[in-house]
Amino acid sequence: MVSPAHFVALSVILFVIGAVGVLVRRNAIVVFMCVELMLNAANLAFVAFARMHGGLDGQVIAFFVMVVAAAEVVVGLAILTSIFRARRSASVDEANLMKY
Amino acid sequence: MNHPIVLAAAAATTTRELAFWILAILAVAAGLGMILARRAVHCAVLLAVVMLSLAVLYAMLGAPFLAFVQVIVYTGAVLMLFLFVLMIVGISAADSIIETIKGQRLWAGLAGIGLLVLLALVIGNAVVGPAAPSSAKFGSGNVTGIAALLFTRYVFPFEVTSALLITAALGAMVLAHRERTSPKPTQKALSRQRIASGQPTPLPGPGTYARHNAVDMEALLPDGTTSELSVSEVITGPRGDRELPAVVAPDEDQAPDPDPDQVRVGGPADHGPREGGEA
Repeated sequence: MVSPAHFVALSVILFVIGAVGVLVRRNAIVVFMCVELMLNAANLAFVAFARMHGGLDGQVIAFFVMVVAAAEVVVGLAILTSIFRARRSASVDEANLMKY
Repeated sequence: MNHPIVLAAAAATTTRELAFWILAILAVAAGLGMILARRAVHCAVLLAVVMLSLAVLYAMLGAPFLAFVQVIVYTGAVLMLFLFVLMIVGISAADSIIETIKGQRLWAGLAGIGLLVLLALVIGNAVVGPAAPSSAKFGSGNVTGIAALLFTRYVFPFEVTSALLITAALGAMVLAHRERTSPKPTQKALSRQRIASGQPTPLPGPGTYARHNAVDMEALLPDGTTSELSVSEVITGPRGDRELPAVVAPDEDQAPDPDPDQVRVGGPADHGPREGGEA
């Protein structure tokens, strides 16, 4: 029988994969994708706990997370395009003008 | 014991279990592939796989509304936006495999394992009970139930969301908008630049007078030799020893640079072909 614990465990694994991706990858767009993966994992945990408690509040929170994630992606990718336009690179190592 | 309803319930349980394991393995494999794939486009496609499997998992968890929102908003809108920006930034931009910080991968892996252990312990200690008894809230009444919550208890966050979305749309427009920092080059300036570049005419087209007219066929020049300039760099790969200067778009804020290598210093070499105009 698949219980909510299974879904929570899956969300933990996906969250860790996303976190490692954020740490490892150098392309800023891929880093963004990994952040999205982490947000999705958190959403899965919300929905699983909503199922466990028998309420819909978790689903509403997951819905809000999706909205905020969409807004975040729009602004983040706009920043990325403007950085790429100025520096001709999407690597996170290149944006070091504010260093020191 | 062998009542049809009992049998049907058991079969449904097995199907759910099977679906969960298939989707879970698919999602984890695609997630791992996402952080291992070198090309950003492959990452985007694998992320789509993860998001679609999550949508089906939402449906299994009694959240049909969220399953549809997941497909429409994430797979439809967000991933299309990712692919759109990837096309702008350069489809060929592969991630560099050089470690900028020494031992970063090792430490990132260790941190990941640590995080996994920590979260597993937290989840293991938390009381994750069985699913609540099935009700209409997780079936046909799901949308109504979410709407009822959204417009009563969560009405203020819902209103704030609208402000957030407007701000995000405005911010994206402001950030993506480009002010012209240099005057627009005139026709005269452009023609001077073209003459000075050493290649005043357009590059020869591929396959001209050759045996085939395929795009990867080098053009046959009047003296019988072939011209490798006629084949697009997208096909041949970046040419290292080109004398042609990087012809940037006319409204680029960088002045036409006599030395193309100056532009490329710092960035990965894969970004080079984006700047080379094929005339």
